[in-house]
Amino acid sequence: MRVGVLALQGDVAEHLSMTGAAGAEAVEVRYSSQIDGLDGLIIPGGESTTVGKLMERFGFLDEIRKHAARGLGVFGTCTGLILLAREVENSGQVRLGLMDFEVKRNAFGRQVDSFEADIEIPAIGGPPMRAVFIRAPYILSVGPGVEVLARFEDKIVLARQGRHLACAFHPEVTSDTRLHRYFLDTLAGRA
Amino acid sequence: MVEKATFTVKKGLAEMLKGGVIMDVTTPEQAKIAEDAGAVAVMALERVPADIRAQGGVARMSDPAIIEAIMEAVTIPVMAKCRIGHFVEAQILEALGVDYIDESEVLTPADEEHHIDKHQFKVPFVCGCRNLGEALRRIGEGAAMMRTKGEAGTGDVVEAVRHMRRVMSEIRKLASMREDELMAAAKEMQAPYELVVQVAREGKLPVVNFAAGGIATPADAALMMELGADGIFVGSGIFKSDNPAARARAIVDATAHYSDPDILAKVSRGIGEPMRGLAAASLKEEEKLQVRGW
Repeated sequence: MRVGVLALQGDVAEHLSMTGAAGAEAVEVRYSSQIDGLDGLIIPGGESTTVGKLMERFGFLDEIRKHAARGLGVFGTCTGLILLAREVENSGQVRLGLMDFEVKRNAFGRQVDSFEADIEIPAIGGPPMRAVFIRAPYILSVGPGVEVLARFEDKIVLARQGRHLACAFHPEVTSDTRLHRYFLDTLAGRA
Repeated sequence: MVEKATFTVKKGLAEMLKGGVIMDVTTPEQAKIAEDAGAVAVMALERVPADIRAQGGVARMSDPAIIEAIMEAVTIPVMAKCRIGHFVEAQILEALGVDYIDESEVLTPADEEHHIDKHQFKVPFVCGCRNLGEALRRIGEGAAMMRTKGEAGTGDVVEAVRHMRRVMSEIRKLASMREDELMAAAKEMQAPYELVVQVAREGKLPVVNFAAGGIATPADAALMMELGADGIFVGSGIFKSDNPAARARAIVDATAHYSDPDILAKVSRGIGEPMRGLAAASLKEEEKLQVRGW
């Protein structure tokens, strides 16, 4: 299985190593032409306005949408979650809009409010996951096709829609590969 | 258990800024231009380094009103500078809620022996370095992000190149040493032994390291990325140039695609004159900002 990590800006290296550790062939994606032939694409943590603009400038938006229509699965963490959202509260910022939810940016506050916490994710099994939230967003509301997989203090922080997965925290900065494995399982039709 | 301000959380924000450009801004309007160009963060200042250099006098933390106005204007992270050793300025910046503090040699040092004990703060710090020993001393004090010092306010990239090459080659040298040579290496570079051992084992710094100090063109930014920078700070280089919006965007694009000369050629075209600049080699020793910090 080939999974690309969008390498325009953000913590690309962390996702490449987690994806490899989870058992897929991990590919650094610098050009939109590289999306052809991928089973999945990860949009890493970064600055969502920056990554959105670079995706627009270098022709990624339509290319990703086109491949999503043929079955490409997209996994977004933090910035990736924002770029997957149908709506961003109080913002017209560039995004893919592949998942039917509305997101609130910097929803837990500024950097001094960033935190880590244990969260329960029944879908991946095992003990709670240590989740690192950095100026993190959360999901305000979801459409009917979206499955909520985890909450933190009632806020939606992990959701799935078909082959797409969005999470508000950063599994890639820990050594816990369960969410990456879960994404590979959804791509393989095992989850 | 919910924990705030852990080292993972502090250095985590810097990880998210990798591959991006952090721009010095002095007004909310400039902050918007930076955000629209694709900056990953802005540094809120009263004067850019080129003006601090030209005007002389004591350079201090900016007026909180300026910093707050910039925080209001953009949704991207906002950083601000305090003087070396001035922990009360840092406390004020933390109270304002800035996302990162730069304990910076660009401002006039408040303490000629001690840097701030950065472990005592919830807000993370970035600090400048010219070599690996200096970087590890700052990390030992709690810095969660590093940058080269370069020579701020000159628009001359030569010092940033010198500092980045030095840090990277010292890391490679440590990584090739025997375990029993590391104490002598730590003594030599005046760095905490535990951090020296960590760098030798992992072959990299424990935190992100950006390039700063004299970057003025898209090619400068790409050069620093090629030399191993995780991202770029541009100080005077944008708002002291002819066309800040175009230059800011070009530097963002060049940083993202630093290894592609075709894209670099395309984005470098028609963006107006860069800042005039000042050759770093023409500066007297006492005019250099990089010698501040210990």
